[in-house]
Amino acid sequence: MQALSEDTGIGGARHQFPQTRWSVIEGARSSQPEQRQRALDVLVSAYWKPVYKYIRLHWGKPNEEAKDLTQDFFTRLIEKNLLDRFDPAKARLRTYLRVCVDGLVMNTDKAMQRQKRGGDVAILSLDFVSAEGELLELPIAAPAGPEEFFTKEFARSLFGLAVDRLRNECATKGKSLHFQLLELYDIDEGGKQLTYEEVSMRFGIKPTDVTNYLAYARREFRRIVLEELRAMTGSEDEFQREAQTLLGVRLS
Amino acid sequence: MFLSDSALERLRVAADAPDLAGTRYRLLGKLGQGGMGGVFRVEDSTLEREVALKVINVADPSLSARLLQEARVIAKLEHPGIVPVHDAGTLPDGRPYYTMKRVQGNRLDELVNDSVGIADRLRMFFRICEPVAFAHAHGVLHRDLKPANIMIGPFGEVLVMDWGLSKLLAEGIASADNGSVAEERAADPAAVVATSHGSVLGTPGYMAPEQRNGETVNQRADVYALGSILEFLLQDAQPRGPARLAAICRKAKAEDRDVRYASVADLADDVAHFVDGLPVSAYPESVFGRAWRWIARNRTWILLLLAYIVVRALLIFFRPR
Repeated sequence: MQALSEDTGIGGARHQFPQTRWSVIEGARSSQPEQRQRALDVLVSAYWKPVYKYIRLHWGKPNEEAKDLTQDFFTRLIEKNLLDRFDPAKARLRTYLRVCVDGLVMNTDKAMQRQKRGGDVAILSLDFVSAEGELLELPIAAPAGPEEFFTKEFARSLFGLAVDRLRNECATKGKSLHFQLLELYDIDEGGKQLTYEEVSMRFGIKPTDVTNYLAYARREFRRIVLEELRAMTGSEDEFQREAQTLLGVRLS
Repeated sequence: MFLSDSALERLRVAADAPDLAGTRYRLLGKLGQGGMGGVFRVEDSTLEREVALKVINVADPSLSARLLQEARVIAKLEHPGIVPVHDAGTLPDGRPYYTMKRVQGNRLDELVNDSVGIADRLRMFFRICEPVAFAHAHGVLHRDLKPANIMIGPFGEVLVMDWGLSKLLAEGIASADNGSVAEERAADPAAVVATSHGSVLGTPGYMAPEQRNGETVNQRADVYALGSILEFLLQDAQPRGPARLAAICRKAKAEDRDVRYASVADLADDVAHFVDGLPVSAYPESVFGRAWRWIARNRTWILLLLAYIVVRALLIFFRPR
């Protein structure tokens, strides 16, 4: 069976899905320090907020203790080579990390850990003030369960990173207007009520440009999310299952 | 960047939606989630009509090939019980798609309720059999027949949906005249209907044992699924389906496929025999049973004859001497 022909009513470029196979799991297990550091950076950028919020809300820890535990968690992740024990065939990385957080919170002797680290010296530069502010934005109602809460916060973090990356990429390519349209329709409250005609008048472009720019931004957003997700999963199977959970789509 | 819950949901929808930029289609909404991807309601701006657009969510060549195969299979099958395909291709984001007629109606599993009598249920079953038998005659197996894949339109029309697992039988067209039962070639990799994760595609309860086991399948696998659908239609029917219908279900769902009906037409014929009060092949009857059925079938004539005999007897009895 041959692949779909380019010669169709729609056509267009193919193979625009993320094909990179690099993942934090491979990076963390690498013998090269720069690969390990890159893996840590990616992991921290996507997971530190979900971990902090999870410790704050699910475990009910106060602000300062949650900060220490979050720092402890990522420090241990590297120092104890916790990712070496992760098996993508048995669990999702997200679930594995949450269970590790649970273990840390249950078993940590805070004073000893802080002593080991040399007091209150923070190893990672994390913006806890913004994370604390985001907690106020979360719904008051308690989440259904720890897994659901952690999943949702991970999705929020992942999508947030993807939006930031999209903004930068669009700016680099001179397509900031494309990003602004996505921001207007899919991020800002109330933008959805605007018609394409109203938006085209506001930005001084044609209504068809609104459609095309928005489609571009959404397409790039999807690509970036899938790229980030692929980097943060340990296998193709896990990637597909995570895409289904986080994006609500089945990839196979 | 912090995203509110509603922004998160809108971005999720935006990431899932097909990229229709530069195409003749305009997105109107989502209709549902299929086995390989989503089905969306779109407007064809050229023909100014609503159609359904099915898209799969990765540019995996094997999945693209499967979607194209599905589109081609449906395109071959021009039958009122099979949704026509209009167009197929690749979206600008690399995802393969095809468009088809937008079907409005209810899924069989949502439609059947206590108010639907057994006669109407059997009428539906006949209409389900027709497109499947037509597909078999054109060398196509469905392989995922189940109530959720059958739509009943507002005028009672029946449409068999989701040919995503459909399969062309060996070497093209099977002969409808001689009733030959072609099989998938064992050498065909698709004969083992498995996903990349090693799981078998299909729906438990409606999947024939040979399909569950990843063996080669023929049209008797669809006969098995139709037997399950008949069972589904009869499960809470009032009045309850008699033993002969239950026997038809059992025969259609036999573990050994050689024991099943050889074709959908044979299955439908047996159900038609039941409706007409004729003997059914799945249910050997005793002499008493046959007599009772004969009486039930000729009740009017027997009652007339009895009435005649009674009247004659009364006339003889009261005749003036």
